[in-house]
Amino acid sequence: MKNNNKNSRRKFLDKGVKFSLAAVVGGIGLSNIASKLNAKPAKGSEGKIELMTTDGTLVEVDSTEVQEINHPPKEDSNKYNVREGFPNRKFVMVVDLAKCKNALKCQQACNKGHYITGDNAWLKVYKMQESKETAPYWMPTQCQHCDQPACVTVCPVDATFKRRDGIVLIDNERCIGCRFCMAACPYSTRVFNWKEPDQGEITLGAEYSPDYAGFPSVKGTVDKCDFCPHQIVKNELPFCVTACPNGVFYFGDKYEDTVTNGEVTLRLKKLLEDKAGYRLMEGLGTEPSVYYLPPVDRLVDFKEGLDKYKKFQSTEKS
Amino acid sequence: MKSNDKLLKDLAPKKFGKLGVIWTSLLIVIIIAGVIAYIDQLIKGQIVTNMRDYALWGIYISNFVFFVATSFVGSVTVAILRLTKNTWRTPVVRIAEIIALAAIVMAGITIMIDMARPDRLLNLFIHARIQSPITWDVIIIPTYITLSFLLLYFPLLPDLAILKEYYKKDKPTLSKWYGKLSLNWKGSKVQKSIQTKSIQIIALMIIPVGLILQTIDAWLFSTTYRIGWDSTNLGPYFIAGAFVAGIGALVTIVYIIRRAYKLEDYITEFHFDKLGKLLVLACLTYLYFNINEYLIPAFTATEDEATHLNTLFTGHYAPLFWFVTIGGLIIPIIVLLFKKGRKPLPMFIIGLIVVVASWWKRYLIVTPTLLHPFLPIQGVPESWHHYFPSVHEWLITSATLAMALLIITILVRYLPIIPIQRTADEQEELLKTTKNAEQ
Repeated sequence: MKNNNKNSRRKFLDKGVKFSLAAVVGGIGLSNIASKLNAKPAKGSEGKIELMTTDGTLVEVDSTEVQEINHPPKEDSNKYNVREGFPNRKFVMVVDLAKCKNALKCQQACNKGHYITGDNAWLKVYKMQESKETAPYWMPTQCQHCDQPACVTVCPVDATFKRRDGIVLIDNERCIGCRFCMAACPYSTRVFNWKEPDQGEITLGAEYSPDYAGFPSVKGTVDKCDFCPHQIVKNELPFCVTACPNGVFYFGDKYEDTVTNGEVTLRLKKLLEDKAGYRLMEGLGTEPSVYYLPPVDRLVDFKEGLDKYKKFQSTEKS
Repeated sequence: MKSNDKLLKDLAPKKFGKLGVIWTSLLIVIIIAGVIAYIDQLIKGQIVTNMRDYALWGIYISNFVFFVATSFVGSVTVAILRLTKNTWRTPVVRIAEIIALAAIVMAGITIMIDMARPDRLLNLFIHARIQSPITWDVIIIPTYITLSFLLLYFPLLPDLAILKEYYKKDKPTLSKWYGKLSLNWKGSKVQKSIQTKSIQIIALMIIPVGLILQTIDAWLFSTTYRIGWDSTNLGPYFIAGAFVAGIGALVTIVYIIRRAYKLEDYITEFHFDKLGKLLVLACLTYLYFNINEYLIPAFTATEDEATHLNTLFTGHYAPLFWFVTIGGLIIPIIVLLFKKGRKPLPMFIIGLIVVVASWWKRYLIVTPTLLHPFLPIQGVPESWHHYFPSVHEWLITSATLAMALLIITILVRYLPIIPIQRTADEQEELLKTTKNAEQ
């Protein structure tokens, strides 16, 4: 896992603290037992109990001497924290370009699910063609959730951040609206709230959290695809994945080596190997979490998508 | 030989004439219009600008870069000329320092205008992250403001004391203010030695700080992947550009003040000649970096780079590009290389063109790059494919420029723009040497 240095350092510190805590508590418990062992049993014994010490030897202790130690509360490493993400997960997405025919259901679902009211969708399906002689194809893109995110590097206030589970999020209550992250992102996936978002009453009572982007959107701050942690927590797939009628999007966990589009579940490594997966602008070194499968052996006709293609529109309202 | 009285009469701040009053009122009107536009922007959001998700920075940023560049004149003219003991600098240094201070203060304000959430300004300190070039800017700009202020203020002390005496009878309140500001300057040996040392230290400090300021400004762009910004040339390119913009502004303003205050005896053709040589040096240096930035990449341009360069050379931005290159660089070089070109009036015209070209040059650095992202621009309204500033942006930007000019105007009104004490000292020295020569 190529996480950024800061995270691994944090992890290290975190672990160190836990170990020392455990050692201290354990030590106190042991010395407690030991002092009681040396003391003569005060009352009549009610049988012995076998216990194992930390170095592995078995000792017998009078059952009356055994007391329960109050364990320290479970470390929050296994708890969900919005800036740290889900522990021991690494979310990835695979986009199979061979299947995409610009049905745009993904975009509609994303726009709806995130209450997007601006003119620029977070998920866009580009009409691509590398050169005149090569075939055109449809390419959905959203935030690439890079492991070396250029946006996070330039943010002056730590409003956009990278979590341990691979997701890049924005704290819209901290963002100062300098738009440096938008300038830094080579994938043009960031969107700005140039005015008070016109979300109406839907998001009115919403309690803001960075892990549900757009719920609500905040004026003068940046928005983008959040990889739907609000769906993951419900054990559901991101909006775009479920909405796609063609099974273009696969979502999953790199550590589990599994991705699914809701119908088929596949091994990530094997899929990328078999279908020659790649990432966008690999040469930049941004290490995206989104993989693409090349548009080969297509079952769908590119031209079918042309009816839906709108050069100047990606959201419903405009 | 001018006596000290005449010197004082010539150089002490004067009340504005009719023209001065009209000028100041005009600036204030422009500023008020800009403030109203800014309040509207605060209420409605930056939707009132023509910036959108692709052209995500506009003239607020290019104007900011222009101010930062212009402020460089403080370190170049004042500090470098001082350290290299170029005595001809005397009548222009104070004007240079005033320009530098006004420009850098306005740079700080302009960058805040671009922030969509100025209410969260404190986050820059509370949550500061040191790896962001914006944080570097947050550190360097106040530093440069402080140094520029001190470099203006410390040499002023003796003059303020002189003015205190000068106005004692006629204008007691004004005299009192000058007295307070002069920090009890008596001209004693100790005071003089402290003053000289302090100025020396500040002059030494402001050169690296000025260079760093310009470089950080360049790094705001070159730390991104964008074509046209992601260039190792950008740091020195910005420094050279700042050299041009700053001296251009200096020449222009020196000329205007000289006319308005009738200072022909103090700011002579000799000084313009020297300034002209400095400006031509600046332009030649900048030309060199421009060749590095635009011409040489054309040889090995990738497709994306070629698109970018083509919009500048022959495409949408070509008229502007050739205006700033030929008008703001080539013509000044040609004209100023001749002695006749370094006379006050041609210098003024050239200086003015250089300043205007410098402003548009920054527009060309910011805008075209943003409109050529790596992925094609699709799925956004047609108007997002272009950028030209909105009325709000023009009003606000004009107001920032007017505010810079107003700061300069006010300082010119109340400060002796030519150092009185220094001029007197120099004349005394001159007198001594001529006497010695006669003996």
